[in-house]
Amino acid sequence: MGKEKFEEALDKLEEIVRRMEAGEMTMEESLKAFEEGIKLARFCTKKLDEADRRVDLLLRQEGELVTKPFAGEEREPER
Amino acid sequence: MDRGNFKEILSVSALNDRIKALLEEGFAQVWVEGEVSNTRRPASGHVYFTLKDAKSQIRAVIFRTPFGRAGHRTPDFELEDGMSIVCRARLAVYPPRGEYQIIIDALEPKGLGALQKAFEQLKARLEAEGLFDQSRKKPLPFLPSRIGVVTSPSGAVIRDILTVTRRRFPSVDILIAPVRVQGTEAPAEIIQALDDLQIVQGVDVIILARGGGSLEDLAPFNTEGVARAIAHSRIPVVSAIGHETDFTIADFTADLRAATPSAAAELTVPLRAELMETLQSLYFRMNRYRRQETQRLRERIANLSERLRDPKRRLNDIRIALDDNIDRMRTTLSHLREVRRQELINSIVRLEHRNPRARIVQWFEKIESLGKKLRAARERQDQQWKNRVRSSIALLDSLSPLSILNRGYSITRRLPDGLILRDPSEVRTGQEVDIRLYAGGLRAKITEIRS
Repeated sequence: MGKEKFEEALDKLEEIVRRMEAGEMTMEESLKAFEEGIKLARFCTKKLDEADRRVDLLLRQEGELVTKPFAGEEREPER
Repeated sequence: MDRGNFKEILSVSALNDRIKALLEEGFAQVWVEGEVSNTRRPASGHVYFTLKDAKSQIRAVIFRTPFGRAGHRTPDFELEDGMSIVCRARLAVYPPRGEYQIIIDALEPKGLGALQKAFEQLKARLEAEGLFDQSRKKPLPFLPSRIGVVTSPSGAVIRDILTVTRRRFPSVDILIAPVRVQGTEAPAEIIQALDDLQIVQGVDVIILARGGGSLEDLAPFNTEGVARAIAHSRIPVVSAIGHETDFTIADFTADLRAATPSAAAELTVPLRAELMETLQSLYFRMNRYRRQETQRLRERIANLSERLRDPKRRLNDIRIALDDNIDRMRTTLSHLREVRRQELINSIVRLEHRNPRARIVQWFEKIESLGKKLRAARERQDQQWKNRVRSSIALLDSLSPLSILNRGYSITRRLPDGLILRDPSEVRTGQEVDIRLYAGGLRAKITEIRS
Protein backbone atom coordinates (compact mmCIF):
# COMPACT_ATOMS: atom_id res chain seq x y z
CA MET A 1 0.00 0.00 0.00
CA GLY A 2 0.95 3.63 -0.17
CA LYS A 3 3.75 4.87 -2.29
CA GLU A 4 3.93 1.84 -4.53
CA LYS A 5 0.45 2.74 -5.68
CA PHE A 6 1.17 6.41 -6.22
CA GLU A 7 2.47 5.99 -9.75
CA GLU A 8 -0.32 3.56 -10.58
CA ALA A 9 -2.88 6.07 -9.32
CA LEU A 10 -1.27 8.90 -11.27
CA ASP A 11 -1.21 6.76 -14.43
CA LYS A 12 -4.86 5.87 -13.95
CA LEU A 13 -5.80 9.49 -13.45
CA GLU A 14 -3.89 10.45 -16.56
CA GLU A 15 -5.66 7.75 -18.58
CA ILE A 16 -9.06 8.89 -17.30
CA VAL A 17 -8.41 12.49 -18.28
CA ARG A 18 -7.05 11.43 -21.65
CA ARG A 19 -10.07 9.29 -22.40
CA MET A 20 -12.43 12.00 -21.21
CA GLU A 21 -10.79 14.57 -23.45
CA ALA A 22 -10.68 12.17 -26.39
CA GLY A 23 -14.45 11.81 -26.05
CA GLU A 24 -14.20 8.06 -25.72
CA MET A 25 -16.76 7.81 -22.93
CA THR A 26 -20.49 7.74 -22.70
CA MET A 27 -22.01 10.20 -20.25
CA GLU A 28 -22.62 7.40 -17.76
CA GLU A 29 -18.99 6.31 -18.04
CA SER A 30 -17.66 9.80 -17.75
CA LEU A 31 -19.61 10.38 -14.55
CA LYS A 32 -18.15 7.24 -13.03
CA ALA A 33 -14.70 8.10 -14.36
CA PHE A 34 -14.95 11.57 -12.85
CA GLU A 35 -15.74 10.15 -9.42
CA GLU A 36 -12.86 7.72 -9.79
CA GLY A 37 -10.60 10.54 -10.95
CA ILE A 38 -11.46 12.67 -7.93
CA LYS A 39 -10.64 9.76 -5.63
CA LEU A 40 -7.31 9.16 -7.39
CA ALA A 41 -6.42 12.84 -7.30
CA ARG A 42 -7.17 12.98 -3.57
CA PHE A 43 -5.11 9.87 -2.95
CA CYS A 44 -2.16 11.29 -4.88
CA THR A 45 -2.43 14.68 -3.20
CA LYS A 46 -2.46 13.02 0.18
CA LYS A 47 0.67 11.10 -0.70
CA LEU A 48 2.35 14.27 -1.88
CA ASP A 49 1.30 16.13 1.26
CA GLU A 50 2.94 13.58 3.53
CA ALA A 51 6.02 15.22 5.01
CA ASP A 52 7.29 12.72 7.54
CA ARG A 53 9.96 10.22 6.77
CA ARG A 54 12.04 7.74 8.64
CA VAL A 55 15.78 7.65 8.27
CA ASP A 56 17.19 4.47 9.81
CA LEU A 57 20.47 2.64 10.07
CA LEU A 58 20.56 -1.02 9.12
CA LEU A 59 22.79 -2.85 11.59
CA ARG A 60 23.71 -6.40 12.42
CA GLN A 61 23.67 -7.22 16.09
CA GLU A 62 24.69 -10.75 16.98
CA GLY A 63 23.94 -11.81 13.43
CA GLU A 64 20.42 -10.33 13.47
CA LEU A 65 19.43 -7.42 11.26
CA VAL A 66 18.06 -4.46 13.25
CA THR A 67 17.17 -0.90 12.36
CA LYS A 68 17.89 2.12 14.53
CA PRO A 69 16.94 5.71 13.90
CA PHE A 70 19.75 7.61 12.22
CA ALA A 71 21.03 10.36 14.48
CA GLY A 72 22.29 12.50 11.61
CA GLU A 73 18.76 13.17 10.36
CA GLU A 74 17.93 15.66 13.16
CA ARG A 75 20.81 17.87 12.13
CA GLU A 76 19.48 18.14 8.62
CA PRO A 77 18.18 21.64 8.09
CA GLU A 78 14.44 21.92 7.40
CA ARG A 79 13.48 23.60 4.17
CA MET B 1 89.46 15.19 -53.80
CA ASP B 2 91.96 14.42 -51.14
CA ARG B 3 91.48 10.92 -49.84
CA GLY B 4 94.69 10.82 -47.90
CA ASN B 5 93.07 11.00 -44.48
CA PHE B 6 91.06 7.79 -44.97
CA LYS B 7 92.58 4.48 -44.06
CA GLU B 8 90.00 2.65 -46.11
CA ILE B 9 87.01 3.19 -48.31
CA LEU B 10 83.85 1.40 -47.29
CA SER B 11 80.97 0.35 -49.39
CA VAL B 12 77.55 1.51 -48.24
CA SER B 13 76.72 -2.04 -47.28
CA ALA B 14 79.86 -2.43 -45.28
CA LEU B 15 79.21 0.84 -43.48
CA ASN B 16 75.67 -0.09 -42.62
CA ASP B 17 76.80 -3.51 -41.46
CA ARG B 18 79.26 -1.91 -39.08
CA ILE B 19 76.68 0.53 -37.82
CA LYS B 20 74.24 -2.31 -37.35
CA ALA B 21 76.71 -4.33 -35.33
CA LEU B 22 77.65 -1.36 -33.22
CA LEU B 23 74.14 -0.12 -32.48
CA GLU B 24 72.51 -3.48 -31.96
CA GLU B 25 75.17 -4.48 -29.51
CA GLY B 26 75.17 -1.14 -27.74
CA PHE B 27 71.36 -0.97 -27.40
CA ALA B 28 70.46 -4.61 -26.90
CA GLN B 29 67.91 -3.69 -24.24
CA VAL B 30 66.63 -0.26 -23.42
CA TRP B 31 63.62 1.16 -21.63
CA VAL B 32 62.14 4.10 -23.40
CA GLU B 33 59.08 6.24 -22.87
CA GLY B 34 57.27 8.45 -25.33
CA GLU B 35 54.07 9.21 -27.16
CA VAL B 36 52.69 6.94 -29.83
CA SER B 37 51.96 8.39 -33.26
CA ASN B 38 51.48 7.31 -36.88
CA THR B 39 50.29 3.85 -35.88
CA ARG B 40 49.98 1.45 -38.81
CA ARG B 41 48.72 -2.09 -38.75
CA PRO B 42 49.50 -3.92 -42.00
CA ALA B 43 48.02 -7.32 -42.77
CA SER B 44 51.11 -8.98 -41.34
CA GLY B 45 49.77 -8.28 -37.85
CA HIS B 46 52.85 -6.34 -36.84
CA VAL B 47 52.31 -2.86 -35.48
CA TYR B 48 54.44 0.00 -36.74
CA PHE B 49 54.46 3.43 -35.17
CA THR B 50 56.58 6.38 -34.25
CA LEU B 51 57.56 7.00 -30.65
CA LYS B 52 58.22 10.61 -29.96
CA ASP B 53 58.69 13.27 -27.36
CA ALA B 54 58.77 17.05 -27.69
CA LYS B 55 62.08 17.17 -29.49
CA SER B 56 62.71 13.87 -31.19
CA GLN B 57 61.23 10.72 -32.60
CA ILE B 58 62.16 7.12 -33.39
CA ARG B 59 60.56 4.40 -35.47
CA ALA B 60 59.16 1.49 -33.51
CA VAL B 61 57.69 -1.90 -34.29
CA ILE B 62 55.87 -4.59 -32.31
CA PHE B 63 56.10 -7.96 -34.03
CA ARG B 64 53.23 -10.33 -33.84
CA THR B 65 54.38 -13.51 -32.08
CA PRO B 66 52.86 -16.95 -31.95
CA PHE B 67 51.51 -15.98 -28.52
CA GLY B 68 49.50 -13.07 -29.77
CA ARG B 69 50.84 -9.62 -29.22
CA ALA B 70 54.52 -9.16 -28.64
CA GLY B 71 56.02 -9.14 -25.22
CA HIS B 72 55.80 -11.04 -21.99
CA ARG B 73 53.53 -8.48 -20.42
CA THR B 74 50.74 -8.42 -22.92
CA PRO B 75 48.85 -5.18 -22.49
CA ASP B 76 45.04 -5.25 -22.14
CA PHE B 77 44.76 -2.14 -24.22
CA GLU B 78 44.92 -1.31 -27.88
CA LEU B 79 47.80 0.90 -28.90
CA GLU B 80 46.50 4.26 -30.03
CA ASP B 81 47.98 7.47 -31.35
CA GLY B 82 48.52 9.98 -28.60
CA MET B 83 49.00 7.30 -25.94
CA SER B 84 51.99 7.62 -23.66
CA ILE B 85 53.81 4.35 -23.10
CA VAL B 86 56.86 2.88 -21.40
CA CYS B 87 58.43 0.05 -23.35
CA ARG B 88 61.29 -2.38 -23.35
CA ALA B 89 63.04 -2.62 -26.69
CA ARG B 90 66.18 -3.35 -28.60
CA LEU B 91 67.59 -1.30 -31.41
CA ALA B 92 67.58 -2.78 -34.91
CA VAL B 93 69.22 -1.44 -38.04
CA TYR B 94 67.75 -2.24 -41.44
CA PRO B 95 70.63 -2.00 -43.89
CA PRO B 96 68.65 -2.01 -47.16
CA ARG B 97 67.31 1.38 -46.19
CA GLY B 98 69.90 2.58 -43.81
CA GLU B 99 67.29 3.04 -41.16
CA TYR B 100 67.12 2.06 -37.58
CA GLN B 101 64.19 1.42 -35.31
CA ILE B 102 63.35 -0.09 -31.97
CA ILE B 103 61.73 -3.49 -31.71
CA ILE B 104 59.49 -3.56 -28.68
CA ASP B 105 58.98 -6.72 -26.67
CA ALA B 106 57.10 -5.29 -23.69
CA LEU B 107 55.14 -2.16 -23.00
CA GLU B 108 52.61 -0.67 -20.67
CA PRO B 109 50.71 2.59 -20.56
CA LYS B 110 52.72 5.21 -18.82
CA GLY B 111 51.48 6.18 -15.34
CA LEU B 112 49.12 3.23 -15.04
CA GLY B 113 50.17 0.50 -12.75
CA ALA B 114 48.96 -2.90 -11.79
CA LEU B 115 45.66 -1.52 -10.46
CA GLN B 116 44.75 -0.12 -13.81
CA LYS B 117 45.66 -3.34 -15.54
CA ALA B 118 43.62 -5.37 -13.10
CA PHE B 119 40.75 -3.01 -13.66
CA GLU B 120 40.94 -3.40 -17.41
CA GLN B 121 41.14 -7.15 -17.17
CA LEU B 122 38.21 -7.48 -14.80
CA LYS B 123 36.16 -5.06 -16.84
CA ALA B 124 36.85 -6.99 -20.04
CA ARG B 125 35.99 -10.27 -18.37
CA LEU B 126 32.74 -9.10 -16.80
CA GLU B 127 31.73 -7.30 -19.94
CA ALA B 128 32.31 -10.47 -21.97
CA GLU B 129 30.18 -12.26 -19.43
CA GLY B 130 27.37 -9.81 -20.17
CA LEU B 131 27.23 -8.25 -16.72
CA PHE B 132 27.10 -4.73 -18.15
CA ASP B 133 24.43 -5.49 -20.77
CA GLN B 134 21.66 -2.93 -21.08
CA SER B 135 19.16 -5.78 -21.11
CA ARG B 136 20.14 -6.56 -17.50
CA LYS B 137 19.37 -3.05 -16.28
CA LYS B 138 16.30 -2.88 -14.05
CA PRO B 139 14.00 0.12 -14.18
CA LEU B 140 13.86 2.38 -11.14
CA PRO B 141 10.58 2.77 -9.26
CA PHE B 142 8.72 5.94 -10.11
CA LEU B 143 8.34 6.95 -6.50
CA PRO B 144 10.38 4.79 -4.14
CA SER B 145 8.90 3.76 -0.84
CA ARG B 146 12.21 3.34 0.93
CA ILE B 147 15.70 3.96 -0.37
CA GLY B 148 18.53 1.76 0.80
CA VAL B 149 21.78 3.69 0.92
CA VAL B 150 25.06 1.78 1.05
CA THR B 151 27.75 4.25 2.09
CA SER B 152 29.70 5.63 4.99
CA PRO B 153 27.30 6.93 7.70
CA SER B 154 29.44 9.98 8.20
CA GLY B 155 30.61 12.56 5.74
CA ALA B 156 29.32 14.63 2.88
CA VAL B 157 27.93 11.74 0.83
CA ILE B 158 25.12 10.66 3.17
CA ARG B 159 24.40 14.30 4.05
CA ASP B 160 23.99 15.21 0.38
CA ILE B 161 21.72 12.25 -0.24
CA LEU B 162 19.53 13.06 2.80
CA THR B 163 19.32 16.73 1.86
CA VAL B 164 18.45 16.17 -1.77
CA THR B 165 15.87 13.46 -1.10
CA ARG B 166 14.16 15.59 1.55
CA ARG B 167 14.06 18.58 -0.70
CA ARG B 168 12.69 16.65 -3.66
CA PHE B 169 10.18 14.50 -1.84
CA PRO B 170 10.05 14.74 1.95
CA SER B 171 8.13 11.52 2.68
CA VAL B 172 10.46 8.92 1.19
CA ASP B 173 12.01 6.72 3.87
CA ILE B 174 15.74 6.13 3.92
CA LEU B 175 17.54 3.08 5.27
CA ILE B 176 21.29 3.51 5.58
CA ALA B 177 23.44 0.40 5.47
CA PRO B 178 26.70 1.77 6.92
CA VAL B 179 29.90 0.45 5.36
CA ARG B 180 33.53 1.33 5.11
CA VAL B 181 34.11 2.58 1.58
CA GLN B 182 37.84 2.06 1.41
CA GLY B 183 40.41 -0.36 2.70
CA THR B 184 40.62 -4.09 2.63
CA GLU B 185 37.44 -4.66 4.67
CA ALA B 186 35.34 -2.47 2.42
CA PRO B 187 34.42 -4.98 -0.34
CA ALA B 188 33.10 -7.58 2.11
CA GLU B 189 31.05 -4.96 3.98
CA ILE B 190 29.59 -3.56 0.79
CA ILE B 191 28.66 -7.04 -0.44
CA GLN B 192 27.06 -7.84 2.95
CA ALA B 193 25.12 -4.55 2.96
CA LEU B 194 23.78 -5.13 -0.55
CA ASP B 195 22.69 -8.63 0.44
CA ASP B 196 21.08 -7.42 3.68
CA LEU B 197 19.03 -4.78 1.88
CA GLN B 198 17.47 -7.49 -0.28
CA ILE B 199 15.66 -8.97 2.72
CA VAL B 200 14.60 -5.79 4.53
CA GLN B 201 10.96 -4.82 4.10
CA GLY B 202 10.07 -2.03 1.71
CA VAL B 203 13.39 -1.15 0.11
CA ASP B 204 12.72 -0.68 -3.57
CA VAL B 205 15.87 1.08 -4.75
CA ILE B 206 19.49 1.12 -3.55
CA ILE B 207 22.04 3.89 -3.82
CA LEU B 208 25.65 2.76 -3.62
CA ALA B 209 27.76 5.86 -3.03
CA ARG B 210 31.23 7.06 -2.25
CA GLY B 211 32.96 10.40 -2.52
CA GLY B 212 35.94 11.11 -4.74
CA GLY B 213 39.33 9.56 -4.19
CA SER B 214 42.37 8.07 -5.85
CA LEU B 215 42.27 4.95 -7.95
CA GLU B 216 43.46 3.04 -4.91
CA ASP B 217 40.68 4.58 -2.80
CA LEU B 218 38.07 3.43 -5.27
CA ALA B 219 39.52 -0.09 -5.43
CA PRO B 220 36.69 -1.76 -3.41
CA PHE B 221 34.27 -0.68 -6.14
CA ASN B 222 36.47 -2.29 -8.74
CA THR B 223 36.29 -5.73 -7.18
CA GLU B 224 34.56 -8.67 -8.75
CA GLY B 225 32.68 -9.45 -5.54
CA VAL B 226 31.02 -6.05 -5.35
CA ALA B 227 30.24 -6.19 -9.07
CA ARG B 228 28.54 -9.56 -8.68
CA ALA B 229 26.61 -8.44 -5.58
CA ILE B 230 25.25 -5.50 -7.60
CA ALA B 231 24.42 -7.78 -10.53
CA HIS B 232 22.57 -10.20 -8.24
CA SER B 233 20.52 -7.53 -6.51
CA ARG B 234 16.82 -7.95 -7.29
CA ILE B 235 16.43 -4.31 -6.23
CA PRO B 236 17.65 -1.74 -8.76
CA VAL B 237 21.00 -0.21 -7.81
CA VAL B 238 22.06 3.35 -8.57
CA SER B 239 25.80 3.92 -8.30
CA ALA B 240 27.52 7.20 -7.47
CA ILE B 241 31.20 6.52 -6.90
CA GLY B 242 34.06 9.00 -6.96
CA HIS B 243 34.08 12.04 -9.12
CA GLU B 244 32.11 12.57 -12.28
CA THR B 245 35.06 11.42 -14.39
CA ASP B 246 35.63 8.21 -12.45
CA PHE B 247 34.12 5.03 -13.80
CA THR B 248 34.32 1.97 -11.59
CA ILE B 249 33.32 -1.62 -12.27
CA ALA B 250 30.44 -1.01 -9.86
CA ASP B 251 29.27 1.86 -12.08
CA PHE B 252 29.26 -0.38 -15.12
CA THR B 253 27.33 -3.09 -13.30
CA ALA B 254 24.78 -0.81 -11.64
CA ASP B 255 21.33 -0.36 -13.17
CA LEU B 256 21.96 3.37 -13.34
CA ARG B 257 25.16 5.38 -12.89
CA ALA B 258 24.96 8.81 -11.31
CA ALA B 259 27.79 11.31 -11.58
CA THR B 260 27.59 12.28 -7.90
CA PRO B 261 25.71 11.20 -4.75
CA SER B 262 23.41 14.23 -5.11
CA ALA B 263 22.68 13.23 -8.68
CA ALA B 264 21.90 9.71 -7.47
CA ALA B 265 19.36 11.13 -5.03
CA GLU B 266 17.83 13.23 -7.79
CA LEU B 267 17.57 10.29 -10.17
CA THR B 268 15.98 8.15 -7.48
CA VAL B 269 13.37 10.50 -6.08
CA PRO B 270 10.93 12.48 -8.18
CA LEU B 271 10.44 16.15 -7.54
CA ARG B 272 7.35 16.56 -5.41
CA ALA B 273 6.61 19.97 -6.88
CA GLU B 274 6.60 18.52 -10.40
CA LEU B 275 4.26 15.73 -9.37
CA MET B 276 2.04 18.26 -7.66
CA GLU B 277 1.95 20.28 -10.83
CA THR B 278 1.14 17.23 -12.92
CA LEU B 279 -1.58 16.27 -10.52
CA GLN B 280 -3.07 19.74 -10.44
CA SER B 281 -3.02 19.92 -14.19
CA LEU B 282 -4.85 16.60 -14.43
CA TYR B 283 -7.32 17.71 -11.78
CA PHE B 284 -7.92 20.96 -13.63
CA ARG B 285 -8.37 19.20 -16.96
CA MET B 286 -10.77 16.72 -15.45
CA ASN B 287 -12.89 19.48 -13.91
CA ARG B 288 -12.81 21.53 -17.06
CA TYR B 289 -13.91 18.51 -19.02
CA ARG B 290 -16.80 17.96 -16.61
CA ARG B 291 -17.91 21.60 -16.83
CA GLN B 292 -17.68 21.61 -20.60
CA GLU B 293 -19.39 18.28 -20.87
CA THR B 294 -22.22 19.40 -18.57
CA GLN B 295 -22.62 22.59 -20.55
CA ARG B 296 -22.59 20.71 -23.79
CA LEU B 297 -25.25 18.29 -22.53
CA ARG B 298 -27.44 21.14 -21.29
CA GLU B 299 -27.29 22.81 -24.65
CA ARG B 300 -28.07 19.58 -26.39
CA ILE B 301 -31.05 18.92 -24.15
CA ALA B 302 -32.34 22.46 -24.67
CA ASN B 303 -31.96 22.06 -28.38
CA LEU B 304 -33.73 18.73 -28.37
CA SER B 305 -36.54 20.02 -26.15
CA GLU B 306 -37.18 22.76 -28.60
CA ARG B 307 -37.34 20.30 -31.42
CA LEU B 308 -39.52 17.95 -29.43
CA ARG B 309 -43.22 18.89 -30.29
CA ASP B 310 -46.59 17.70 -29.04
CA PRO B 311 -47.83 15.08 -31.47
CA LYS B 312 -51.42 16.45 -31.13
CA ARG B 313 -50.28 19.71 -32.60
CA ARG B 314 -48.88 17.84 -35.44
CA LEU B 315 -52.14 15.90 -35.84
CA ASN B 316 -54.09 19.15 -36.11
CA ASP B 317 -51.67 20.36 -38.67
CA ILE B 318 -52.28 17.21 -40.62
CA ARG B 319 -56.08 17.64 -40.38
CA ILE B 320 -55.90 21.18 -41.67
CA ALA B 321 -53.61 20.16 -44.42
CA LEU B 322 -55.93 17.33 -45.28
CA ASP B 323 -58.98 19.63 -45.48
CA ASP B 324 -57.08 22.06 -47.53
CA ASN B 325 -56.04 19.34 -49.89
CA ILE B 326 -59.56 17.98 -50.24
CA ASP B 327 -60.86 21.47 -51.06
CA ARG B 328 -58.23 21.99 -53.60
CA MET B 329 -58.91 18.59 -55.04
CA ARG B 330 -62.63 19.34 -55.37
CA THR B 331 -62.08 22.68 -57.05
CA THR B 332 -59.66 21.09 -59.41
CA LEU B 333 -62.03 18.26 -60.20
CA SER B 334 -65.04 20.50 -60.95
CA HIS B 335 -62.93 22.75 -63.07
CA LEU B 336 -61.68 19.76 -64.91
CA ARG B 337 -65.20 18.47 -65.43
CA GLU B 338 -66.36 21.80 -66.88
CA VAL B 339 -63.46 21.88 -69.26
CA ARG B 340 -64.20 18.34 -70.40
CA ARG B 341 -67.89 19.08 -70.93
CA GLN B 342 -67.08 22.09 -73.05
CA GLU B 343 -64.73 20.01 -75.08
CA LEU B 344 -67.44 17.40 -75.54
CA ILE B 345 -69.94 19.97 -76.73
CA ASN B 346 -67.43 21.34 -79.16
CA SER B 347 -66.82 17.88 -80.44
CA ILE B 348 -70.53 17.18 -80.86
CA VAL B 349 -71.02 20.42 -82.77
CA ARG B 350 -68.11 19.60 -84.99
CA LEU B 351 -69.40 16.09 -85.47
CA GLU B 352 -72.89 17.33 -86.30
CA HIS B 353 -71.29 19.63 -88.76
CA ARG B 354 -69.94 16.67 -90.59
CA ASN B 355 -73.14 14.50 -90.43
CA PRO B 356 -73.36 12.49 -93.75
CA ARG B 357 -77.21 12.17 -93.63
CA ALA B 358 -77.85 15.12 -96.00
CA ARG B 359 -75.49 13.69 -98.54
CA ILE B 360 -77.11 10.28 -98.20
CA VAL B 361 -80.49 11.87 -98.97
CA GLN B 362 -78.96 13.58 -101.94
CA TRP B 363 -77.48 10.31 -103.10
CA PHE B 364 -80.86 8.56 -102.73
CA GLU B 365 -82.54 11.27 -104.77
CA LYS B 366 -79.95 10.99 -107.42
CA ILE B 367 -80.25 7.21 -107.48
CA GLU B 368 -84.03 7.57 -107.90
CA SER B 369 -83.74 10.05 -110.69
CA LEU B 370 -81.14 7.92 -112.43
CA GLY B 371 -83.45 4.90 -111.99
CA LYS B 372 -86.26 6.80 -113.68
CA LYS B 373 -84.05 7.87 -116.50
CA LEU B 374 -82.84 4.29 -116.84
CA ARG B 375 -86.36 2.93 -117.04
CA ALA B 376 -87.45 5.55 -119.59
CA ALA B 377 -84.37 4.82 -121.61
CA ARG B 378 -85.05 1.14 -121.58
CA GLU B 379 -88.64 1.60 -122.57
CA ARG B 380 -87.52 3.73 -125.42
CA GLN B 381 -84.93 1.18 -126.33
CA ASP B 382 -87.54 -1.61 -126.14
CA GLN B 383 -89.82 0.30 -128.43
CA GLN B 384 -87.03 0.86 -130.85
CA TRP B 385 -86.13 -2.83 -130.72
CA LYS B 386 -89.80 -3.83 -131.29
CA ASN B 387 -90.01 -1.48 -134.24
CA ARG B 388 -86.78 -2.77 -135.68
CA VAL B 389 -87.84 -6.41 -135.19
CA ARG B 390 -91.18 -5.73 -136.87
CA SER B 391 -89.60 -4.13 -139.84
CA SER B 392 -86.95 -6.77 -139.92
CA ILE B 393 -89.55 -9.49 -139.92
CA ALA B 394 -91.31 -7.84 -142.87
CA LEU B 395 -87.99 -7.55 -144.63
CA LEU B 396 -87.10 -11.05 -143.74
CA ASP B 397 -90.40 -12.23 -144.89
CA SER B 398 -89.90 -10.64 -148.19
CA LEU B 399 -86.51 -12.23 -148.49
CA SER B 400 -87.57 -15.71 -147.30
CA PRO B 401 -86.73 -18.55 -149.76
CA LEU B 402 -90.15 -19.88 -148.99
CA SER B 403 -91.71 -16.85 -150.53
CA ILE B 404 -89.41 -17.37 -153.55
CA LEU B 405 -90.44 -20.98 -153.60
CA ASN B 406 -94.02 -19.78 -153.44
CA ARG B 407 -93.34 -17.86 -156.54
CA GLY B 408 -92.31 -21.20 -158.26
CA TYR B 409 -88.64 -21.45 -157.64
CA SER B 410 -87.03 -24.65 -156.21
CA ILE B 411 -83.77 -25.44 -154.44
CA THR B 412 -81.73 -28.49 -155.40
CA ARG B 413 -79.32 -30.07 -152.97
CA ARG B 414 -76.77 -32.69 -153.55
CA LEU B 415 -77.14 -35.76 -151.50
CA PRO B 416 -75.86 -36.79 -149.07
CA ASP B 417 -74.00 -33.61 -148.23
CA GLY B 418 -76.84 -31.18 -148.84
CA LEU B 419 -74.78 -28.74 -151.02
CA ILE B 420 -77.07 -26.27 -152.74
CA LEU B 421 -76.37 -26.73 -156.41
CA ARG B 422 -75.57 -23.73 -158.56
CA ASP B 423 -73.42 -25.43 -161.23
CA PRO B 424 -74.20 -28.72 -163.06
CA SER B 425 -70.60 -29.82 -162.50
CA GLU B 426 -71.28 -30.27 -158.92
CA VAL B 427 -73.13 -33.49 -159.52
CA ARG B 428 -72.61 -36.60 -161.47
CA THR B 429 -75.04 -38.54 -163.50
CA GLY B 430 -76.99 -40.93 -161.44
CA GLN B 431 -76.43 -39.05 -158.23
CA GLU B 432 -79.48 -38.49 -156.09
CA VAL B 433 -80.49 -34.93 -155.28
CA ASP B 434 -83.17 -33.38 -153.06
CA ILE B 435 -85.38 -30.75 -154.52
CA ARG B 436 -87.25 -28.30 -152.30
CA LEU B 437 -90.49 -26.93 -153.42
CA TYR B 438 -92.78 -24.45 -151.73
CA ALA B 439 -95.30 -27.09 -150.71
CA GLY B 440 -92.90 -30.06 -150.20
CA GLY B 441 -89.91 -31.90 -151.59
CA LEU B 442 -88.72 -34.37 -154.19
CA ARG B 443 -85.97 -36.89 -154.49
CA ALA B 444 -84.59 -37.25 -158.01
CA LYS B 445 -81.85 -38.87 -159.90
CA ILE B 446 -79.63 -37.04 -162.34
CA THR B 447 -80.07 -38.36 -165.75
CA GLU B 448 -78.41 -35.72 -167.79
CA ILE B 449 -75.97 -32.96 -167.27
CA ARG B 450 -76.02 -29.84 -169.33
CA SER B 451 -73.54 -27.12 -169.18
